[in-house]
Amino acid sequence: MSSLPTLEITDLFAGYGESEILKNINISVEPAQTVAIIGPNGAGKSTVIKSVLGLLNVTGGTISLNGQDIIGVAPDEAIRQGISYVPQTHNVFPNLSVLENLEMGAWTRKTGIKERIDDMFTLFPDLQTKKSKVAGSLSGGQRQMVAMAKALMVNSKIMLLDEPTAGLSPKYQSEIFQTIKKINDNGVPILLVEQNAKQALEIADKGYVLVDGVNKVQGTGQELLGDSNVARMFLGSKD
Amino acid sequence: MWQTFGFEFVNFYFIPGLVVGCIYALGAIGITLTFSILRFANFAHGEVMMIGAYFTWTAMTLAKTGLGLPLHPLVAAVPAVALAIGLFILVDRYFYKPFRSAPTIRVVMASFGMMLVIRSFVQSVWGPNQLTFVPGIARPNETVKSITNSYDLMILMPNKHFWIIAGTLTIMVALSWLLTKTKIGKGMRAVSDSPELAKVSGIDVEVIIRATWMVGGFCAVAAGVFLAMDLQMLETTMGFRMLLPMFAAAILGGIGRPFGAVVGGLVIGLAEELSVYPWLGDGPLLSPGYKTGVAFAIMIVMLVLRPSGLFKGRLF
Repeated sequence: MSSLPTLEITDLFAGYGESEILKNINISVEPAQTVAIIGPNGAGKSTVIKSVLGLLNVTGGTISLNGQDIIGVAPDEAIRQGISYVPQTHNVFPNLSVLENLEMGAWTRKTGIKERIDDMFTLFPDLQTKKSKVAGSLSGGQRQMVAMAKALMVNSKIMLLDEPTAGLSPKYQSEIFQTIKKINDNGVPILLVEQNAKQALEIADKGYVLVDGVNKVQGTGQELLGDSNVARMFLGSKD
Repeated sequence: MWQTFGFEFVNFYFIPGLVVGCIYALGAIGITLTFSILRFANFAHGEVMMIGAYFTWTAMTLAKTGLGLPLHPLVAAVPAVALAIGLFILVDRYFYKPFRSAPTIRVVMASFGMMLVIRSFVQSVWGPNQLTFVPGIARPNETVKSITNSYDLMILMPNKHFWIIAGTLTIMVALSWLLTKTKIGKGMRAVSDSPELAKVSGIDVEVIIRATWMVGGFCAVAAGVFLAMDLQMLETTMGFRMLLPMFAAAILGGIGRPFGAVVGGLVIGLAEELSVYPWLGDGPLLSPGYKTGVAFAIMIVMLVLRPSGLFKGRLF
């Protein structure tokens, strides 16, 4: 087994055009780990994910996937290399059926599409019965499941999730976190950006706290849950 | 009833309306696909219809004069489709692609310029005057006439109308299969839904754009050839005159809804023809000169009351 991190972000500087959002960020995701990035609004959490996908301007540092530099790689090529990405919003094709959404997720796949779809229906049993419905007619939580299944249709080396529980009811939030854990248990490393810090850290092997585009604190999920500063700032604790 | 009302209504208003509607529908498919996938109104679409008809005429003329072989327009349209698709792809590569990330108005203006370039090119090569596409009078199909007459419902349908309606239906079935059963067709619908998500799903958007030009080019040439078959002549402004009703059809059906464009085309074609039927008294309800105004009025009413169209298309 390789000892290389699945995803390694080193000394990253990135932003939109001239404006630099990330200033010297370091994050690593080891094989089979779930890593959570938490922090206040505007801290640059989603910017990290967009940098990995080549969706914005990286001005310094390195990003490597299994030891291979991926800076400058176009988004569709990044997906082809095995990055599963679930955007925060507009993450399904609303006028395509659930099944067609999964097929579109498999665009870069040459073989094994049918088997992979069956795997997804095993992982997300609710989708099986709704496979002919257009994704736009589903509830928010079900759409999120479609988005995750669609993203996993590639040969996933890592899954990037951008605030998957945003705008969902508490019931669906818990379901989404359970599903993320299940995906990770199947061997897919996860990089998760979340506002819902407590639940994210509960399932995370490792967590990073970003503030104003810099690494503020890092540790295991349990360490961060027990950190009084993190608890006061992000977990709603009064201590 | 049939003799006093139906015969005249069906043969001289309804069927011609259906035929014009088929032509609008085919043109509107390309417009709606370009609008939803490439995000711009392609003013050169009518000119591709027109040049496709000229290519077809050239193939027919060459076959007849060179080989003594009279080609049916639908056979001669095959090389014309290939040429028109090639033209669409070249124009996209060198004129539209450089504007892909620029504000939309620039590529719209580029398409307006391309419309003038194509028309001027046709006028230079084939001349500015009308050309006869198919000579002679189009007589009603005797078989259709005698069968329908035996039921006291005589339909006078020339062969050209039969080919236009049957051809449009065949293209609709093929398009439906393409968009719902093939990977590339589903990809076209996905890019139409969200080009940003398509990109981060690994879909090769440039391949989809080329496929869009191919489908749009095919339908445009079919529309141009059907129009030339119906009018039995060619002229360099024939595509431009179709532009407004085709845009109206695309908006009526809902942008990004190819089947909506078909319904929109049929509704506008029928509305135009039926607007000159003598609904009140002996004279036409509207003077035939106002036919285009009917399409324009439908488009304006739709944009005001339901801008997403009948089938809930995209809003920009």
